[in-house]
Amino acid sequence: MADLRSNFIGIKSPNPFWLASAPPTDKEYNVRRAFQAGWGGVVWKTLGSEGPPVVNVNGPRYGVIHGADRRVLGINNIELITDRPLEVNLREIKSVKRDYPDRAMIISLMVPCDEESWRDILHRIEDTGADGVELNFGCPHGMAERGMGAAVGQVPEYIEMVTRWVKQHSRMPCIVKLTPNISDVTKPAEAAKRGGADAVSLINTVNSITSVDLDLFAPQPTIDGKGSHGGLCGPAVKPIALNMVAEIARNPETAGLPISGIGGVTTWRDAAEFMALGAGNVQVCTAAMTYGFKVVQEMISGLHDYLDSHEMELSDLIGRATPNVTDWQHLNLNYVTKAVIDQDACISCGRCFAACEDTSHQAIAMSPDRVFEVVEEECVACNLCVEVCPVQDCITMRELEVGEMDKRTGVPRGEYANWTTHANNPMAQAAE
Amino acid sequence: MSQARLSPGVLPGRLDPEHMAANFCDVAPPLDRHEALVAADRCYFCHDAPCITACPTSIDIPLFIRQISTDTPDAAAMTIFHANILGGMCARVCPTENLCEGACVREMAEGKPVEIGALQRYATDGLMAQEGHPFIRAETTGKRIAVIGAGPAGLAAAHRLAAKGHDVTIFEARPKSGGLNEYGIASYKSVDNFAQAEVEWLMGIGGITVQHGQALGQQITLETLQADYDAVFLGMGLSGVNALRTTGEDRDHVTDAVSFIRDLRQASDLTTLPVGRDVVVIGGGMTAVDAAVQAKLLGAENVSIVYRRGQDRMGASRHEQDHATASGVRLICNAAPVAIHGNGAVAEIEFCYTANGPDGLTMTDDRFRLKADQVFRAIGQRLDGTPDAMQLEGGKIAITGAGRTSVDGVWAGGDCAAGGDDLTVTAVAEGRDAAEDIDAHLTGRPVSIPG
Repeated sequence: MADLRSNFIGIKSPNPFWLASAPPTDKEYNVRRAFQAGWGGVVWKTLGSEGPPVVNVNGPRYGVIHGADRRVLGINNIELITDRPLEVNLREIKSVKRDYPDRAMIISLMVPCDEESWRDILHRIEDTGADGVELNFGCPHGMAERGMGAAVGQVPEYIEMVTRWVKQHSRMPCIVKLTPNISDVTKPAEAAKRGGADAVSLINTVNSITSVDLDLFAPQPTIDGKGSHGGLCGPAVKPIALNMVAEIARNPETAGLPISGIGGVTTWRDAAEFMALGAGNVQVCTAAMTYGFKVVQEMISGLHDYLDSHEMELSDLIGRATPNVTDWQHLNLNYVTKAVIDQDACISCGRCFAACEDTSHQAIAMSPDRVFEVVEEECVACNLCVEVCPVQDCITMRELEVGEMDKRTGVPRGEYANWTTHANNPMAQAAE
Repeated sequence: MSQARLSPGVLPGRLDPEHMAANFCDVAPPLDRHEALVAADRCYFCHDAPCITACPTSIDIPLFIRQISTDTPDAAAMTIFHANILGGMCARVCPTENLCEGACVREMAEGKPVEIGALQRYATDGLMAQEGHPFIRAETTGKRIAVIGAGPAGLAAAHRLAAKGHDVTIFEARPKSGGLNEYGIASYKSVDNFAQAEVEWLMGIGGITVQHGQALGQQITLETLQADYDAVFLGMGLSGVNALRTTGEDRDHVTDAVSFIRDLRQASDLTTLPVGRDVVVIGGGMTAVDAAVQAKLLGAENVSIVYRRGQDRMGASRHEQDHATASGVRLICNAAPVAIHGNGAVAEIEFCYTANGPDGLTMTDDRFRLKADQVFRAIGQRLDGTPDAMQLEGGKIAITGAGRTSVDGVWAGGDCAAGGDDLTVTAVAEGRDAAEDIDAHLTGRPVSIPG
């Protein structure tokens, strides 16, 4: 059986599944239950400076987008960092770590953007026994208005500066948590690396308004008739997160910088995808908030099964897909596929027809007795029919052999060739 | 078990009132909002959906389910009512497993269709419970139309005609409107006097008057109606009941299933309704099932349905057959009655097993008897009292197109007209389509039938 033990920047945990800094990791009671359920580590909910604790809203903190059957696809929150006294958190962290020495215990931090504040908090957490710190440069609401969180994360110079202070005043491994609310995520990642970060974690939540109350005419969650943007997480943000992880993993400036993947990890498969793109481990929040801590057990068994069936170790998985992430210009324009409908699996719903007919290509024909067939002369292999079909694997894409006629273009499939050498590209480089 | 339950003969009060009431409650209770939203989520919003094709009234089912799923059930109800003004009753009595739900792609995918009937009831019940009537009648045309029969076909025709501004008079032979909805459907399918509530709601369009106790060929004639009205629609259903033509059919307690179902629907106290201890129903359709199941629910100890052909040929849907057997009714197929024995009242009924060969159904020498103190005939109904001028086809009024009869200015639809299944929903479609044709004929306006 594959060994799921993880060593992320020297921090060991029995598996690569950590709980992200968030409401489920705000106190000892929760974290003990999480460890009992099997989580490999936690990033304790963000601590602030000593002093009067932060104040949260007393109305709704969450807004949700739902899929069919009210499945939670994304949660938007306007909660701030921990609103419990610093001393209480520090005492509890120490107590839990003492009882669970094999689990990873990371402390998330967010204090004002001056060296004194950072030195002070690092000093305060020193004897908790924690394994590392995560710098919260991502929180997009509330704290950012006060010059912390995403306000730091959106300015690479600040990231570098604060990271440097942290490395200077602490011997702990340092993870910098990045915000996705920025145009190019590689820039803050590069800054973190320059500042001496041991790793980056991403993504934090995405600026969002989940819904609008159509009677109150206010964003939801609505606090006394008003709403502010919050941070979106959960399955809805996973595609954004995967891309950002891949961008950092394949960027020459940051390649090799350890990444803790965050953003909509709900099943073992999501976790494996993050790791294949280069994440050394993953952090989870929304799945635990929605279903409880027990979900980790499916993640553990699923990852075991996957690795065993592929005869891989965890280390074989990490980054295995990174080399296959490329720019559009390098995609093989002579790779031709055609949709194929499995008539035995087809339930004749006609969704493939409606999608193809009204999206663009009219490449699916419908007979009077509801048999749906691909018109290869029109099929551009867009894959939409595959994705709208309610029956998994009923429609698949068949790859044409090199030399096989593409009925749409009337040209046989050729050898690999991409845009950089294409005749229609005015910037094409002549083949050497 | 009470003594009454085991007493031989045809007796009332075999069950105590509480037990009786529990037996006759809503057989398929309505969905609440949560259940409806969960059920609606299963719809795939198919292209040119098979469920629409399978619906005789062509209700846009994917659209109304999507409207439910977006929490606009009133809009869903309007989608239904535009196509089928009796969508409320159809939601209760349609053999959906043979129609929309049978065609649902999720039936093919998982053997579990979207609950279209239940969702339709959710939407229609919600709108019908509100004040007023949702359709607005067009400006009056001054045209007068006579409709014979206040059953599903007549009501659907009347509503469509009234909506288009015509003045409609319905002539109904019975003391109440509703036709088979009122008199011919098992009580547990339509509780709380729904049939009457639906008629009252439908009449809310205005422009429709009903005269009860007016039977064609008795109180009224086609000739006078033709003279007095701009058009006539015949939707009087089938009033005759087929006989068994079996020895001993005249013995006491050998009666028509439709009369039993009617009496049961009209009874104000079910404990006063007599039923046998050993009941045999002859037939294989919905009427046979409705009579048999209700006899069982009234407290009959042994109830059998005996059908002369194989089970796969039964007119009752599989769902109805399963409902019967689950209710404790015994199904005996491939057997035909040959004699009804007894001294005055029926005591036994003798059957002969049948064989299906190249010459059709034949009797074998294999015979058996069933104890019976009550026998119901449910072998079909026939048209009675048709005007002589009317051309018939297979014993029903011959029609072409949207219900045009052989007599100029006279349309027909529902069970009395040839073609189509004898279902409420088919009658609604035929009444609606005839109304459109009548309107087009009288005004020159184009027809506007959904679907």
